[in-house]
This record gives sequence, C-alpha cells and structure tokens, in this order.
Amino acid sequence: MPIQIKMPALSPTMEEGTLAKWLVKVGDKVSSGDIMAEIETDKATMEFEAVDEGTVVAIEVAEGTEGVKVGTVIATIAGEDEGDAAPAAAPVAAPAPAPVAAAPAPAPAPVAAPAPVAAAPAGDRVVASPLAKRIAGEKGIDLTQVKGSGPHGRIIKADLDVTAPAAAPVAAAAPAPAAAPVAPPAPVAAAAPFSTDIPHEAVKLSTMRKTIARRLTEAKATVPHYYLTVDISLDKLLKLRAELNSALAGEGVKLSVNDLLIKALGKALMLAPDANVSFAGDNLIRYSRADIAVAVSIPGGLITPIVTGADVKSVSAIQKDMADLAARAKAGKLAPHEYQGGTASLSNLGMFGIKQFEAVINPPQGMIMAVGAGEKRPYVIDDALGIATVMSATGSFDHRAIDGAEGAQLMQAFKTLVEAPLALVA
Amino acid sequence: MANQYDLIVLGSGPGGYVAAIRAAQLGLKVGIVERELLGGICLNWGCIPTKALLRSAEVFNQMKHAASYGLAADNIRADIDAVVKRSRGVAKQLNQGVTHLMRKNKITVHMGNGVLKGGGQIEVTGEKGTETLSAKHVIVATGARARDLPFAKADGDRIWTYRHAMVPPAMPTKLLVIGSGAIGIEFASFYNDMGADVTVVEMMDRIVPVEDADVSAFLEKSLTKQGIKILTGAGVESITTSASGVKAKIKSKDGAAAEHDFSHVIVAVGIVPNTENIGLEALGVATERGIIAIDGYGRTNVPGVWAIGDVTPGPWLAHKASHEGVIAAEAIAQALGNTEVHPHPMDRLNIPGCTYCHPQVASVGLTEAKAKEAGHEVKVGTFPFIGNGKAIALGEAEGFIKTVFDAQTGELLGAHMIGAEVTELIQGYVVGKTLETTEAELMHTVFAHPTLSEMMHESVLAAYGRAIHI
Repeated sequence: MPIQIKMPALSPTMEEGTLAKWLVKVGDKVSSGDIMAEIETDKATMEFEAVDEGTVVAIEVAEGTEGVKVGTVIATIAGEDEGDAAPAAAPVAAPAPAPVAAAPAPAPAPVAAPAPVAAAPAGDRVVASPLAKRIAGEKGIDLTQVKGSGPHGRIIKADLDVTAPAAAPVAAAAPAPAAAPVAPPAPVAAAAPFSTDIPHEAVKLSTMRKTIARRLTEAKATVPHYYLTVDISLDKLLKLRAELNSALAGEGVKLSVNDLLIKALGKALMLAPDANVSFAGDNLIRYSRADIAVAVSIPGGLITPIVTGADVKSVSAIQKDMADLAARAKAGKLAPHEYQGGTASLSNLGMFGIKQFEAVINPPQGMIMAVGAGEKRPYVIDDALGIATVMSATGSFDHRAIDGAEGAQLMQAFKTLVEAPLALVA
Repeated sequence: MANQYDLIVLGSGPGGYVAAIRAAQLGLKVGIVERELLGGICLNWGCIPTKALLRSAEVFNQMKHAASYGLAADNIRADIDAVVKRSRGVAKQLNQGVTHLMRKNKITVHMGNGVLKGGGQIEVTGEKGTETLSAKHVIVATGARARDLPFAKADGDRIWTYRHAMVPPAMPTKLLVIGSGAIGIEFASFYNDMGADVTVVEMMDRIVPVEDADVSAFLEKSLTKQGIKILTGAGVESITTSASGVKAKIKSKDGAAAEHDFSHVIVAVGIVPNTENIGLEALGVATERGIIAIDGYGRTNVPGVWAIGDVTPGPWLAHKASHEGVIAAEAIAQALGNTEVHPHPMDRLNIPGCTYCHPQVASVGLTEAKAKEAGHEVKVGTFPFIGNGKAIALGEAEGFIKTVFDAQTGELLGAHMIGAEVTELIQGYVVGKTLETTEAELMHTVFAHPTLSEMMHESVLAAYGRAIHI
C-alpha cells in the first residue's frame, strides 16, 4: 500500500519551504523516526522524520526545490506489508498484541508520554472531539492508542495529524530495529511510557531538542572520548585585548576574549595538525584549514555557527563573523552551511563562572575545546608564588582519530598561543 | 524589594491588563506600566467608545423609522456633542473599572513611559521622575497606533484618525473615509447615520476585504442603499487642506483621477505597532517591519521577554490580545514552577472578528475562498434573515448566515454572518469550533424559538441540503 509523504508544516505559520536535502533515496527502507530530508523554512532548517514504515519508491520533489507548498506530495513509500518486510525489524517494531514475558506490564499506549488520562484500558470511554472521532473512524485509527493533548487528555484533531494514518497502528517510538533482535527490554525501555507520581508536565520535544538528543547520544555512545586539561594564564591576552580594543575603538570593533580564543584554537590546530582531523570509517580526514564551530545558546537549545578559516582570519574579522552569526542564530536565520561542518568546536561556559568542564564532541569533528572562567588564582611565576588570571581549558578528543600525544600537542600549542598572544595578531 | 516583580506588563490595554490579572491570580507579583490611560486604546479610544457612538446612531436610525413600527416621532435630530459626551462617559466608567481591577488583584500600576533595559530591568519615566523596576519576565503589550498616509498626516482638524473621529471638533458634512476595514466602515456607518454625506475609498476590489466575498458584496449593496458612496479598486493620490475643507484626488478603478471636495477625511488604512523606543532593539528582540515575532505562547526570541496583542502578528483585535495575555501569563507561571497550569497555544483560525456597522458583520475561521485555497473540498450553507421569524418581527430582515464545512470530515471551517445582532451570534460557532464540532453535533443541537440563532441551525442544515424554512 503506497503512502504519500507530504510537505510538512514545520511551524504553525509555514506555508512553503525549500527541500534542502534528501537523506534517503529510492529503494531505501525507512522506519518511523528516521530522518528523511532536511527542509528549510524562512526560520530555520529542520529535519523531517518519517512517520510511516516502508520502502521509498519515488522521490517526487527534487533536492534544492524552493517554494514547495505545504501538503505537496514529496515522496512515496510502499508500506511494509509488501513482501520482504524485514524479518529483523519484526521483534522490536511489531506492536505485538501479546506482549513478551519480559515486557513491563500490558501498559497503556505505546506512544503515550506520562499522559494523565489518555488511553484508558480498552472498554472505557475514549475522550475525543467529535471531529477527531470522525477522522479516526474514516482512517481506521484506533483512538485508544492515541495520546490526547486537549483538556483532561481529550483527543483532538491535531493529535491525529501527528499519529498519522499508518496501516499498522503506531509502531512509532521503537528506535533502531537493528540493535540485537532478542535484546532484553533495555532499548525499548527508553521509549516506554514514562510514569511518575510527582507533579509534572510533559513538554513535547522540539525538532531541535530531538536533534540535540540524538546527535549527542550518538557521540557519547560511539566516539571514545578522552580529556586533557591545561591551566592557562590569561593576563597577557587580556592586556592585548584591552590594547587592541582601544586601538580599534574608532572602527567600532570590540573584541571579546572568546574571539581571541577562536583564533587561538584555529591557529593551534594548524600548529598541531594531527588534531585537526575527522575519523571517517576507513579513512582519516586531515584538514588543511581550521573551521571553528562555536556553541551558541539559543531559545530552546543550542546551535554551533561556524567561523571558517579561523586560522587565517584576523581577530577583528572573527569578531565580525561571530557577531553576525550569533545574531542570526538567535533569530533562527542561519543557513545549513553556516552551522554544519567545522573541523573542531569551542564551548565557553566561563561567563557562568564554570571553572572547568568536559564537552561532548560534535561528530564528525575530532575535538572540542571546553573553556572555563578566567579567575585570579595563585600561580607560580618565575619560581615564585604570584597571582595570575588563569583559566582551565579541557579538550575532548576522539581517540579513534587522535592519540593522547597528538591531543596533548594541540593543548600545548593552544596554551602557548594564549599565553604569548602576540602571535594571534601576527 | 519594592520594585522587584515576577512579571511586569508594559501597556495596560486589553492584552496587558488581562495578562496582569491572570498572572496575579496565579500568585505572581505583578506590576503594570502605562504611559497614558489604564485600559489602553480599546476601552478609552477604541472598541468601547465607538460602540457607544454606534448605539446612538442605531437608536437614531430606529427613531427615523418609528413609523414602520407603528410609532410616531417628530422633530427627531441628533446632537453630536451629547452623543460624544455619552461615549466619553462610557469610556471613563470602564477606565475606572480597570483601576479597580488592578487594585483588587494587588497589581502595582506604574504610570509612565517604560523602556526595557535588559537583565530584567525596566526604566519608567513618569511625571514624578524616573524609577527602575526589575522583573523575572516582561510582557510587551504596547499596542498599535493608526497608520498615517504619507501625503495626509492626520491633524485632528480636517484630517482625522479614529481617535479624532471619536471626539469630532465639528460634525462633518461631507466625509471621506479612506480604508474599508472594520474601523473605516464603522465610522462611515456612524457618520452616515448621523446625517453626513459619506464616501468610502478602498484599494482592494471589495470592502471589508478580510471577510467572505459574499459578505463584502452584501454589505456594499446595503451601505450604498443607505446613501454611502463606495469606490473600490480606487486610491487617494493626494489631499490638500484649506480653511473650508479638503480636496482629495481620487483615482478610480478605471484609472481616471478626479478631484473631490470634502469637509473632513478619516484615515483608516491600518495600524503600526508601538515597538519603537521601548528598548527592543538593544535587547535583540526579533521584529519584522516592527511586528514582534512570537511563538504560540507569546515568547519572543529573547528569554524572559514576551509579547502579546497588536505588537505581534494579527489579527489586531482586543479579544485576541486578551487571550494571548492569558496564555502568556500561564506560560510564565509555568516557567516559574507552577505545575497546575496548562496553557494552550493560540489557534489563530479560531478568532472571531466583528464589525459594528449597520448591518453588523461577524465571522470566524476560513472564508469559502480561503478554504478552497487551503485544499478543502467544501460544503457551504447559506440562510437568509428573511426566512427567520424573529428577524421579521424585529424589522431586521436583511442579512444572511453562511457556514463552510469540510466535505470529508464535516469540520466546521468557517462561519460568516451579516445582519442584526450577528456580533452576538458568532460566539455559538466559535464555541463549536473550539470543541471541534462537526455538522452532526450542530444539527443535533436544539435552538430556541423564536431567536435569530435559529438561522445558525438552518445554515448548517442548508450546507447538507436539509434547511427547513427555505
């Protein structure tokens, strides 16, 4: 049974969008939750997830097409009931009316979040709007399997749009059918209904939040991280910054410490090129330019706009780039190429007084530098105990691509550049 | 601390004061900043005083038609000064009502001009000097003002905005109304009833262009019959004032431009949000042509800064602002740890709109054309006032009620009404839409007889070929 995939409305006001990129091709199998495409709206680029399961039989709208109206058919997938319905997927995905022994109780709706009321056991009255009942009747949706978002858990039309008229009732949440077919309840447990007596509210995840969750879980689970920390004296860099700012005041340029650190990391990566790499399966990618992704917090999540060529750019150019990127990031107006890619990342929580932390690598990058607060600390200067403004910087490295000594060389180069910062403006 | 709040609301119009009350109900410490009058435009210079004016016009109109009800009334005349005085009295009464509500809910009122300073600081400059308030959250509810025409700046003498038109320095003899949205049409209707010779110029091809095309056509015919001249597809190219009046150069649909004399002009070509000089730029609050971008709960892109009402995307209606105020207040309470509230995002397709001209216009949801544009296969029902007993008894047999359903799901997509009291009727459909009714529940509903509301039933029946009284 072919299922038409339509251009989704990714925000309440979206009327059309650009099909930026297909992440599946004809013949690919998709299951619920798989990212099928990237769609660009006026506000942001968002990932479009499959709701149905099946095989992609046609791509109707080509990559890069602009102004695709919401509701336009963009692809067709054939339902899973056609032939080789992937036996491997069955054990986990099948909604199995008779639960396996291990399963945690007959439990309510598989998709349901904590749901105060919703999906009562069969037989009880389903609370749904007249319109929701009619649509469910016509599309053969089992309302006991739907979580209501209306008052007191009432099911409304919008709840059905999300659940969609799949042939089989909502296999949804179950992720990664590949993972060990006979696996214990563990992987399923993550998606199982969350239940608590503590007063609470279930907030639907935004696409951004889902992406962050997915990517960072992936990173921590698949990338062997190790961490190297150095203490760095900031006094010279702060002095240089003050001098540069007073010299540049006329041009309206005001450099931040972060701008200088971006430059320092860019340059350090070129001085320790073994750390400017990506692990790519059978290959190691060695970059000959340092593009620094800078973590910027925005409402509802974070994004990492990229300063390209930070090794060669002047610090004032970096400052201008960052001001522009950060402003547009906050307005949700970054183009995909402005936040995807990068050869390494910089994350700075110093403004919150964080002394030191370890950040999660953003694959396929090989490292991320986590920078803490600059603070006055006792510091040994010329064999005497003095006071210096010191910050701790911790690099997280992908051990598949960068060995300890190579990582250490980068940390050393970074420390040297920050402590003797004239090289940053040379 | 005295000036430390959970929430500060900037602006006390129907968005702001309602948000403040809801937040206070939820236990927040709330302050409200107002530069002019509590209650904002709506109840001081907008919705309410115009309704008072229009009520006078309605009574006057009925007096003129007394004979048709078997009554005699001689020498009837309108006293514009007394009519305006009554309108101002009504506004004053409600303004005091808001003052009372603020006190009752322990909301501190700071009179003055508020500017956001970042870090939750708000600087308020009033008659008594400047004070700095601080709050965990701020709601921007500063409203909007009338849009000026570049060549016809309102001067309050010959060229008026809605505000001047509400307290006219003189009764216009020959009035030009530019713009046929709700505000333009209401004043055209009022001054026509009061005896002025009224011309309405609209750039679009029909008046009240946001309404269903059938409603626009019906209203145009009705107003024309009442003596209002209506020029659609036309534009005013220039206006020159003199001691005796104004000369307007009007380019009509066929492209010919001609000069016409008027005693006064009302400019009603839309509104401009009041988003300048309140510190939004410095905080980096995202705006588009002055309109603040928000999510369904009123959040702007800057954490802790919220916006509701006319500073946000339309429709620019008081009740939309109030509802957004409640949503934002609840979302803020939630952000501050209240787990009992469950704010719902604004459903912009379920906001009724009312125009109080004679006959009245009211609507909700999609017009027939918009529904088709959105890809719906539709079923449309129309029922005329002439088929309703109560309407005939009232002597108000002019108008109709139109309903638009999705042919497949029976979803009520929109309702469009013109005629007596329809502004009071529309809410029935709005409740129905909120509950996600289909035609079946509306058909099963018993409507009282004799009422105008029976037409709402008949219109639904008509959409399915089942109307009884036609």
